[in-house]
Formats: sequence, C-alpha cells, structure tokens
Amino acid sequence: MANNMETQKKTLFVDGCEVEFTNEKNLLQVIRKAGIEVPTFCYRPDLSQYGACRMCVVEVEGRGIQSSCTMPPEPGLKVHVNTERTRRIRKMVVELLLANHDRECTTCERSGDCELQFWANKLGIKHVRFGKKRESQYLPVDDTNPSIVRNPNKCILCGACVRACNEIQGLGIIDFANRGSKTVVAPAYNKHLGDVDCIFCGQCVAVCPVGALTIKSDVQNVWDEIVNPKKQVVCQIAPAVRVALGEAFGLEAGENSIGLIIAALKKIGFDKVFDTNFAADLTIMEEATEFVTRFKEGKNLPIFTSCCPAWVRFLENHHPDMLNHLSTCRSPQQMFGSLVKDVITKEEGISRDELVSVSIMPCTAKKAECKREEFYVDKNPDVDYVLTTHELISMIKEAGIDFNKLEPQSADSPYGLFTGAGTIFGASGGVAEAAARTAYEVVTGKKLEDVDIKAMRGANTFKSIELDLEGTKVKVVVVNTIKEAEEVLQKIKSGELECHILEVMACPGGCIGGGGQPISCSAPEKKLKRAAGLYDDDAHQKYRKSHDNPAIQELYKKWLEKPNSHKAHELLHTHYKNRFETSYKNV
Amino acid sequence: MLDIVEQERKKAERRLASTGIRVLVCAGTGCVANGSLEVIKKFEEFGLNVEKLPEHKDFTTVKTGCHGFCEKGVLVVIPDLDVTYVKVKKEDVEEIVRKHIYGGEVVERLLYVDPKTNKHIFRNEDIEFYSKQTRTSLCNCGNINPEELDEALCVGGYEALARVLEEQTPEEVIKTITDSGLRGRGGGGFPTGRKWQFTAMAQNDKKYVVCNGDEGDPGAFMDRSIMEGDPHKLIEGMAIAAYAIGADEGYIYVRAEYPMAIKRLRIAIKEAEERGYLGENILGSNMNFTIHIKEGAGAFVCGEETALLASIEGERGMPRPKPPFPANKGLFGKPTLINNVETFANVPLIIKNGAQWFRSFGTEKSAGTKTFALTGEVNNTGLIEVPMGTTLREIIFEIGGGIRNGKKFKAAQIGGPSGGCLTEEHLDLPMDYDSLIQAGAMVGSGGLVVMNEDTCIVEVARFFMHFTQVESCGKCVPCREGTKNMLAILEKIVRGKATMEDLDLLEELAHAVKDGSLCGLGKTAPNPVLSTLKYFRDEYIAHIRDKKCPAGVCSALKTIQIQEDLCKGCSKCARQCPVGAISGQIKSPYKIDQSKCIKCGVCVDTCPFKAIKEV
Repeated sequence: MANNMETQKKTLFVDGCEVEFTNEKNLLQVIRKAGIEVPTFCYRPDLSQYGACRMCVVEVEGRGIQSSCTMPPEPGLKVHVNTERTRRIRKMVVELLLANHDRECTTCERSGDCELQFWANKLGIKHVRFGKKRESQYLPVDDTNPSIVRNPNKCILCGACVRACNEIQGLGIIDFANRGSKTVVAPAYNKHLGDVDCIFCGQCVAVCPVGALTIKSDVQNVWDEIVNPKKQVVCQIAPAVRVALGEAFGLEAGENSIGLIIAALKKIGFDKVFDTNFAADLTIMEEATEFVTRFKEGKNLPIFTSCCPAWVRFLENHHPDMLNHLSTCRSPQQMFGSLVKDVITKEEGISRDELVSVSIMPCTAKKAECKREEFYVDKNPDVDYVLTTHELISMIKEAGIDFNKLEPQSADSPYGLFTGAGTIFGASGGVAEAAARTAYEVVTGKKLEDVDIKAMRGANTFKSIELDLEGTKVKVVVVNTIKEAEEVLQKIKSGELECHILEVMACPGGCIGGGGQPISCSAPEKKLKRAAGLYDDDAHQKYRKSHDNPAIQELYKKWLEKPNSHKAHELLHTHYKNRFETSYKNV
Repeated sequence: MLDIVEQERKKAERRLASTGIRVLVCAGTGCVANGSLEVIKKFEEFGLNVEKLPEHKDFTTVKTGCHGFCEKGVLVVIPDLDVTYVKVKKEDVEEIVRKHIYGGEVVERLLYVDPKTNKHIFRNEDIEFYSKQTRTSLCNCGNINPEELDEALCVGGYEALARVLEEQTPEEVIKTITDSGLRGRGGGGFPTGRKWQFTAMAQNDKKYVVCNGDEGDPGAFMDRSIMEGDPHKLIEGMAIAAYAIGADEGYIYVRAEYPMAIKRLRIAIKEAEERGYLGENILGSNMNFTIHIKEGAGAFVCGEETALLASIEGERGMPRPKPPFPANKGLFGKPTLINNVETFANVPLIIKNGAQWFRSFGTEKSAGTKTFALTGEVNNTGLIEVPMGTTLREIIFEIGGGIRNGKKFKAAQIGGPSGGCLTEEHLDLPMDYDSLIQAGAMVGSGGLVVMNEDTCIVEVARFFMHFTQVESCGKCVPCREGTKNMLAILEKIVRGKATMEDLDLLEELAHAVKDGSLCGLGKTAPNPVLSTLKYFRDEYIAHIRDKKCPAGVCSALKTIQIQEDLCKGCSKCARQCPVGAISGQIKSPYKIDQSKCIKCGVCVDTCPFKAIKEV
C-alpha cells in the first residue's frame, strides 16, 4: 500500500499546466522541467540552496511569493511563474544589482558569459534609474593570489563562492563580512587572497556568475613569448582539457577534441605541442615503483598521490605531520616541465631561458604550483606559464580560429605518445587505477589481462577498493574534494580507516571538474560526460598500461636509467614544506 | 508536585514576612542609569546604621525590576501606604526613612504630580499612568526581587508548571494555549497554540525550545523588563512549553546589550536548577529541561527566528528561507519552538487562570494584553500594558497624559522600523493585530513613538529607513540594495533635490522590497515609507515640489531671514556667523547671503532682538 502511494504519479500546476514530478528537490527544477527558464543567480544545483537573489520568485496560491529554488514541490501546488509581481521583483533585482555593479562590461573578463549581463539583456533592462556608484566607493581589486583575481566591485553577493569553498572544500577561506549594503565577500580580517590558506583550486571561480572572481590570466604573457623570435615555445596538454574545451565551440561535453586542440595550438604559434598524458605515464612509473618499495618496507603508508597541487598545498597548510605520506613524485605537469627543460635544451643546444614551457591545464592551482621554488633551476622555472582551458579558449577566439573546421593533428614526438593509463588521470580514481595496472605487474610479475577497475570510477567523493594482487591485498581509497579528504585524513589518523594508497583530487570529479575548465556549475552532468570521454579514450588506446609506453621505455634507456634512479629523483621527484606555522601566523 | 510548590511558597512567605516593611526600589536599566543603585545602597546603610528606637519599624530594601514609569525614575514604591515616590535621589533617602518608614507619614514633595491637575497623587491607583493599565505579564515587575526565587514563589511562581506536570497531558496544555487565543507577541502575531502544535507533532527524539529575547526595535524594552524584573516567569513559561512539545533543552537568546537581563537570568536559572524547578526530574517528575543563555552580538536581524537560530549555531546571523519552518527543522536541524519573551511570560498566567480568563481581555481575534514602550512627545513615557484593542487615544491621552507642552498630536509610529505610521484618524482604532495590519502598521514588538506637529514625517521615514538599511544582513538583493536606494531617495527628498519621478520610483521600489525580500526584516522595512506616503503624501510633495519642509525640520529646506523692521543693525549675528554669510552697515538692517548660508541657526540664537527667523 505504502509502496503504491510512493509510485503514484505526483503532479503540480505551473502556470496552469499540470507537471509531473518525482525526485526534484525544489520547485525550480520542476518549473524548468516544464520548459520555463526561471532566472537565477545564487542557485547552484550542487551547492546548498540559498534563496538570496530572489530572481526565481514565483507566486504559489495560498503561500504567496516564494523563491522556487528553496521550496520543495508538493502535489497539487498551483504555481505562477510570470505574474505582475514576480516580473516586477525580478526586473527590480536586476536593476538594483546593476546600480551597484561596476558596469565596465566591455572590458570585463566575463563579458559574453556573464549571468548578470545575460539576464539584464533578457529581461529588457534598458536603463538603471538608481544612482551610479561613485569612483570613491570602488574597492581595490585583489590580485595577490597566484591563481585567482577578486574584484569586489563586480560581486553580486550571491554567495556561491562562499558555499563552494565551504561545502565542497570545507575550507571557508572566503565568507561574508560586514552588514547590509556594506557586505562583501572576503577572507577573514579582510586579508588578501594571497595571504590566506587558499589552495588555489578555483572552485569559487567556477561558480561565480559574474566577473567578481576570475582566473589570473597568462594569455598576454604567452602571446608575448610566441611572437618573440628568440624563444622556442613548447606546450603540454593535460588529460582533462581535451574532453572539455570543445564545449566552448559547440561540441558535446566529453567529446575528445585533442586533435583539434593541437591544431589550434599550432596555428596560434606554439613550436611544439606535447601531451601531459606522457608525463602521467612517467608519474606512474615513478609512483608505482615508489609505492612497491614503501609497501615492501612497510614505511610511510598509506602513500598519498601528489598529482593535485591543491591537495599538496592543503596538506602542507593543515597536516604537515603527514607530509611523509605524500609521494615524492612531482605532478605530471612538473615532471614534464623538468624533462622538457632538461632534455630539449640539451638536445637542441639552447639555454633554459630560450625555451618557454607552457602547460594547458584544467586547473588554477597549477599556476601556483609552477611558481614553487623547488621547480626552478638557475632562477628559471620548469614550467613558465600555465594556461587554463578557459584561457586557451579565449586565445583560440582571439586568434579568430574556426575551431570546428581545423584539421586534427597529433602531438609532437617523442612526448606525445601515451597510454590509456595516462589519459584517465583526468578523472578522480584515474591515478589509482593507472598505478594499480602497473603495480600489479611489478608485484606479481604476471600480465594483467582485464585492465578496467570500474570500482575506482564514478562521481562519488569517496571510493574504497581492495585489490587482490595474486594474494597480496592492497587497499586503495579514492577521494575527491578536500572536505572529503579531511574526513578521510582524520579517520586515518584515528586508525578508523586503513589503506595503502590514498588518491586525492581537490576538485569534484577530479581534474575534469577543475576550476580552470569551462564553467560547468549549472550542469553537473557535464562532469560525468567528460569523465566518460576520458575512459572512452583509454579503452581505445593501443597501450593501456604506463610501463608499456615505448616512449617511456626509450626515455629510461636514454636518460633516466630506471624508475627511482638517482637521475629520476633529480628530475622527477620533489620535497614538501611545512606551511602550518606560516599559514597560522597569518591569522 | 503542587504540594512541593505550595510548601516552598509558604516557607518563602514566612521568611519574607519577617523582614518588615518592603521598600521597592526599581533597579531596572532606566532607573539604574538614574542612580538607583546609589539609592538602594543608601537605604541599606540606613537599615544598618541609623540610630533606631524600639518603636521604629524594620524594613527591607528590595531591588526590583522595572516599574515601567522610567521617565520618573528613580522610582521607590512603599506598599504599606501604597505610595510611589518619583525621581528619588540618594539625598532623599533619609527623609523617606525617617518620615515615612519610621513616622508613617507620606513625603509629599516626592510624589508624582499629575500633569493635568498639577496636584500630588497620594495613592498609586490614582496615577493615571498605572490606573488605566492592565498589568498581567508585567504584574510582578517592580514588585519582587528578581534575583530571589522565594520572591517569585510568593507571587505564585512555578504553580502553573507544577500543575501541568501533575494534572495535564501535553495535549491538554496545547489545547489551553490554543483556546486562550494567545498570539506571538514578538511581532507577527502567529497563533501560539498552533506553533506549539506543529512542533509537538514533529517526530524527533531531540527538540528545542528557544526564547527570542533579541529585542532590537529602537525604544522597545518590554522583553528586557520581563527578563530583568520577572525572570522566573519566563523560565516557567519555557518549561511548560518544553513539556508540551517534548523538548529537554532550551535557549534564551538575549542581546549582549542587556547585561542586567543576562545577569538576572543566569541567577534565576541557577537557583531554579538548584531547587529542582529546572534540570533533571523537575519537581520529582520524569521531565528534564535545561536552559542555556546565548548572548547575541547586537544584530537587529537576529530577532528574525531563522537568523537567530543560525546565530545560536555559531553561523553568521542570516535568515534562511522558510520552508522548512523551525517547527520541523530548526536549531541544529531539530524541531524547534521559538517564542518571544512576552509570549512565554503569558503562558503561566493562562495555565493558572484558564483560557477564558485570558480571553476576557482584548478582542476576539487578539486576546489578552500587550505591552507597549511608550515614548516620544507624550507627558508620561515608559512601559505600559493594556488589553489588546485599547485605542491609541486611551494610550496617548490617558496613560500617556497627552502631548507634551500642549502641542498637537501628529502621528504615532507603531511597531518600530517594521511598523507604520498612525494618524489622527486612527486615534480610535482598536490596537490589535488585524486592525493595525489593515491600517498599514503592525503591533510589532510594541514600540510606540508619539510625534507632535513639529515632526517632519519624511524625516521620520528616513530615520527608520536608515536603521533598516544599516541592519539589513546583506543576504537578499531587495533588502540589501533596495533599502539602500530607498534611503538614497529619501535623503534626496529631505535635501530638496528630488523630483516627482523619484517619488514614483521610491514607491515602486518599496513595493518590490516588500514583496521580494527573503525575511521579515526586508518584507516590513518599507512599511514606514509606505504608510507615511499613504497618510502624508502632501508632505513629501511639499519637500519635492515646493522645496519646503512643512514642519520646519529639514535644515536643507530652511531659509534664514533677517526681518528688516526688527533688525537694529547691531552686527552681532555677522560676527557669530561661521561662514561669513551675513553682512551690512552698522545701525541699518543686515542681510544674509543665501548662497553662503549653511543654516546652522547660530544667528537666530544670537540676535538680541529676535529679528532673525527660520522660514
């Protein structure tokens, strides 16, 4: 009987039309299902509902005006979306926001994909009747953070960034300060974003509807290097970029456009285009070997992956006592940078200064990572510039390239060759899966037939898998988001959770959901599609285990001897710093 | 359980009876500011040091809560001759002791003088301020020492709690409250019984009772008076509510600006716990209930219930959208009953005297009495309690003793910054929830500011808008940006810079803020503007079109003129003018350069011949 009740069709009325609903969390979703696009600024489906912008207000018979994003659907409700009152409220909200907004739209980073601009246009706001903000009321722009620029004059206080930092990462680096019209989003004590415990993940940027939080752009710097005849500019492309960049040019999320991206980069003027997937394979060689050694010796377990710079930064800031668990392997980006600057300069007989290494990343934290002092040799960085997917999109647009009409190209050899293990680095669980494929063969000496470890895949923030390496049990925990990571660390510390390998990616879903990707906040399903695109790429690769990569084998033969050799340590490994004291001294 | 309370009451009565004449000295915040602690000290010294003859009576100085008549503080009430001494200073104490207490004779010069008859009033019941009131929830304020549980017991404290624990089921308690017609005294007027019912129905093994003592309306202090003057009644009301809804933990949210209320509540909670009226197995029953005090950090918006809960949880005090309502998902996500101080204070009385008794006061839909903080241009200001439905006229002209200095009544702002303006046409309007809403105002917490003909109504609207604009939490756009822009337009109007389009925009914006805001603060913030626009639109238009402030308040719209026929040319004004706007020849009339004049009015005050006027 009860079951019957649950499966019974539930309906409500939207502007007179009966609409069925099932598991929709709020009225807004039901209304959108009914084909009406209710405007929102503060609503983000994967964050908590906030109800502050008042754009999604509807009139519900018997309940008056309600924000549809916060109201649960109930059978029989009669909802009116476009009434005189709701339309008046929406238009007034936009007009009020515009009155308080830095309306230098043409030069704004977000011009063209700004939600405020979009709705002002759609709702037909033709003039703003309220007084304009005076020059003296403008607050300073904060560009002290290596990855993120905060412009409070563009902020509409929707609180999405505050919720992202708190609810996804559990960090609360930014929050509301002051009251009323003096409210701002800022770090504690109004400190600069460069002086706090920010891990540079960029999730705040990814949810910002306007130009208040933007990625610190390196576009101009890269153009300058490209046009400089004295410089050779090479670049690497991270796995997650290829399944997301195309979205900006009308491709489906998850559609692999690596060939087009390489072609575009060549057109833009990069001298050589390599693939970070190659370095991901290299990472596996080093990290799997490192793990096997630690596993045999029973030391510093669980081993923590070190590919994600936001995670590394978090550990340095908050858990310096656990830094010994971190793999000493550099991230693929930095392995690549180090290799390129070492090998190419030698091969071509040029100085480090003459070689510019650029990486195309889904990640904002990579911009901070490449500036770490460990990754400089003779005051020259291994990676000179990091361009996020977002920035590369703007370069392609600036260059006037018709992306979809490009002839696909392949990456330059030898660092363009990769295995499927490298490609799945872009999704949460990918590093662990890739490592497991190699570790299996190293430990057992047998050939692994079925390489797919599906239990490690998927969007869950926490996954725990026990691998059976022919009798040797290895427990792997895969985590994404720092909030989840913090919980796991506490459990590891208390002994509640035991494992041998812990993979952590700071962004939801892994790098595919990185802060530098095309904005995906309003459509979380895009992340799933991107991950599927990566696994599909993996499935179609000739080689699917990192150690099978012939280019990797060649590299060890020619330059590095063997994994974890002295030379490999010099180029491919690193050390970490206790930042607990410095980070707390700030407060 | 009733017998325990009865025994304890008798014991307390015997103890207090042996202490002689009671001298009740008000130690509410208002009287303390006027020096009542010194008066109390003096009385106590006398009790110890004065040479005492055998025929001299014993007396005890009782430090009480607020009597309500704050304007006349320090108040000293001596019930044996039923007199109230007003504006008592420490120098007066000796005379009171010798003449009244020892001599049995009233000290006439310290009695209240009726503003209408100019005569001293001997008996308390003849003071119109008190005689026209019906003090029920405030009945003990001013009559007992709030820092002693025994005193509360003597006036029937905890009897209602014992009765429900012994005789009634939670359902019966809720039914009594529902039948009484009690509605939330904090502003909205939601039926209390229904709120209890909803929370009782919510299924959860943990529930909370929260008392909203974040009284933030400018000039309102009824909750403070109860917390300071009769804390046990509040505690008892909360305990009864906890029993009714099945809660075992409660919070009283008090603003940190009420240190005395916090202190007395702490004392009361501690003593109640020690003596078994709170804590585990209350009065030997199986009911447990503990109360914590949470000090608010001074944000007006924390009086909004969801913001208040967020604040208790340690979050920034910002309202959350409803639904979910606190009755289902409140404090720490648990079902929570939130009522205001005055609402809880009414509960023990209703239980003790019955729902019908409560309904015998007030109107059909607004039963009981309501406290108001009466301030502004009336003769008697202070805290009053009247049956719901009492007219504004009775409050202002009887209890309040009329408008000061014989001026004319212009308007009354009721309900603080969330309320609205009432005018002369509303003088006979019954003051209850529904009539006030209809008139565009609200009972609110009960602040009542009376204004005379010298008040500029636009300036009043600007004042309240400034308040809400500053106190907006900044969460939702209509309130944060809307109040700011409403204030900007009002400022333009009082400066004489506004156009008629601005007035239309103000009204349009006011409606959008009212309709679109997330919480009660924003939804009611435009009320002062909308109600004054409704009743005093002419005055707005005078500011805009004629650039005149009819009440002569807005300085930007004043011009200062020298009347040539009265000016003797003494040059005194020119010498005092801070901006050199006045010039002329000695012994012939001076002139003001209006482009320089800053309208400070120094010249007006300076002129020995009253030749300079503000027009």
